[in-house]
Amino acid sequence: MSEATPVVQGRGIVKRYGHVTAIDYSDFELRQREILAVIGDNGAGKSSIVKAICGATIPDEGEILIEGKKVNFSSPIDARNMGIEIVYQQLAMSPALSIADNMFMGREIRKQGFMGKYLRQLDRPAMERFAREKLTELGLMTVQSINQTVETLSGGQRQGVAVARAAAFATKFIIMDEPTAALGVKESRKVLELIQDVRARGIPIILISHNMPHVFEVADRIHVHRLGKRLCTIDPKDYTMSDAVAFMTGAKEPPTEDAA
Amino acid sequence: MSEANQEAREYDTAAGHVESVAEFEDTRGGVLGKLQHLLHVNPSLVPLIVLVGAIVIFGLLLGSKFFSPFAMTLILQQVQIVGIVAAAQSLVILTAGIDLSVGAIMVFSSVIMGQFTFRYGIPVPVAVLCGLAVGTGIGAINGWLVSRVKLPPFIVTLGMWQIILATNFLYSANETIRSQDIEANASFLQFFGTKFSVGGATFTVGVMFMLILIAVLAYSLKHTAWGRHVYAVGDDPEAAELSGVNVHRTLMSVYMLSGLICAFAGWALIGRIGSVSPTSGQLANIESITAVVIGGISLFGGRGSILGSLFGALIVGVFTLGLRLLGADAQWTFLLIGLLIIAAVAVDQWIRKVSG
Repeated sequence: MSEATPVVQGRGIVKRYGHVTAIDYSDFELRQREILAVIGDNGAGKSSIVKAICGATIPDEGEILIEGKKVNFSSPIDARNMGIEIVYQQLAMSPALSIADNMFMGREIRKQGFMGKYLRQLDRPAMERFAREKLTELGLMTVQSINQTVETLSGGQRQGVAVARAAAFATKFIIMDEPTAALGVKESRKVLELIQDVRARGIPIILISHNMPHVFEVADRIHVHRLGKRLCTIDPKDYTMSDAVAFMTGAKEPPTEDAA
Repeated sequence: MSEANQEAREYDTAAGHVESVAEFEDTRGGVLGKLQHLLHVNPSLVPLIVLVGAIVIFGLLLGSKFFSPFAMTLILQQVQIVGIVAAAQSLVILTAGIDLSVGAIMVFSSVIMGQFTFRYGIPVPVAVLCGLAVGTGIGAINGWLVSRVKLPPFIVTLGMWQIILATNFLYSANETIRSQDIEANASFLQFFGTKFSVGGATFTVGVMFMLILIAVLAYSLKHTAWGRHVYAVGDDPEAAELSGVNVHRTLMSVYMLSGLICAFAGWALIGRIGSVSPTSGQLANIESITAVVIGGISLFGGRGSILGSLFGALIVGVFTLGLRLLGADAQWTFLLIGLLIIAAVAVDQWIRKVSG
């Protein structure tokens, strides 16, 4: 894979639900080491296109290439097995379980030897060590205990754990669906810092967000989605937030040449 | 720096940029807060305290009549059936479900074991296996209806309870197989009633089975991925699914295991009462739910420990025997159990406030 190969490439993706066309021959591109923000009005289909990329919906037409190779995901688990992680707005965590349990949910480590093989015992020390390491890397290790239940954490802390989980297991890229939508201003700041930390590690990120200041602060490129397809991709340095909103809502014609 | 980025910065400065990432301070304070935290971490502590307290109080009131190996093991024998069924009930309730058909599965399985042996002359071990298979099968239907058809567990098992009970009476023609006949021709059916004594205390195979079953389940729930998934599914099935847990498989395994355990309870029931009676064990569903609730397992799922259910069953057993030995009207037992149920749920709600 050369440096120029996009991490994700979607070509002519179509998804219909009965008479409704959620994705209308849309293209998509995520480049290496970038934060790509996906913006669009409600119902523009920005969630739909991202779902198609991570296997949550199966497109009717079009093709998706990951690192230049065509893929056909049938579920988000397939995508996850390829090293694609998703951070959900609603967090996807079990509040009554510990931080370590949550980080390893669905991919637990078993002990070596008899205890693990026949009694299927979990390797708690290994899981806790790994979880602590990952949280420390992202500067989140002010947690009292890795065995603290997730419900004792604040919204921002939970999102921090979710981001750490994604960063720990993602080898290809991370999708973040409105990661700051449920958070207060201070907590959003921390999560934005985390996102930039993750990019600094070389993992590209797709960021779906409504929050223009957040998008313009962290994104390298902005994918504007309108009426089921990619309208344009802009460089946040060349446009203002009002421009972006104008493209999104159709108040302004998009630049003819792909600026970014 | 573009105008946009400038805007973003100002937006933040206005909000007060905080440098340190995610502070995790402990806001709980005071003795009450500490207690709440302790109970939150060890949900079976409350029923354990109540159990020990009840034993001590009845021991003081009744002396050696109550506080003897004989009386203690008698309690174990009396609660073994409810204890085994409560283990099955705990699994289902941990997934935020409820199983009203546990008692019916138990009775029907015991009837199948008995009738297969006596009506068709099938070798006893095979008949027992058939009973266990039927119990597991009914659990599988429950699980499938809950997980795939997405019907509420309460409705599924309410319906299944009636269906199995009716099938049970139709199939058995309401006939009881007498204890003497079983003893003479198929004593393996009464295997769980086999007694052995250890220094004045009498144990039965059924009691040992209950204790081992709870120990194995407690281990599995705490130390295996399957156990963590059971809790995660009960906590928030959508979140579990998004984290990569196979929710359908977890629910199926829980309901099937519940059916299997109930069938074992049916086998233990034959050992306990000696005969195979299609009218026995009618209260097992309510009694098992009582044990689970008193045991501190949350009816909302995802919280509690299966050890608590054992303690819950034992509390009921201690109250029943203790009050009977005191010569009190049996209604006092029900009255106290009723109070305990309400108190247990109130404590559960209080503990859950930690998440606020």
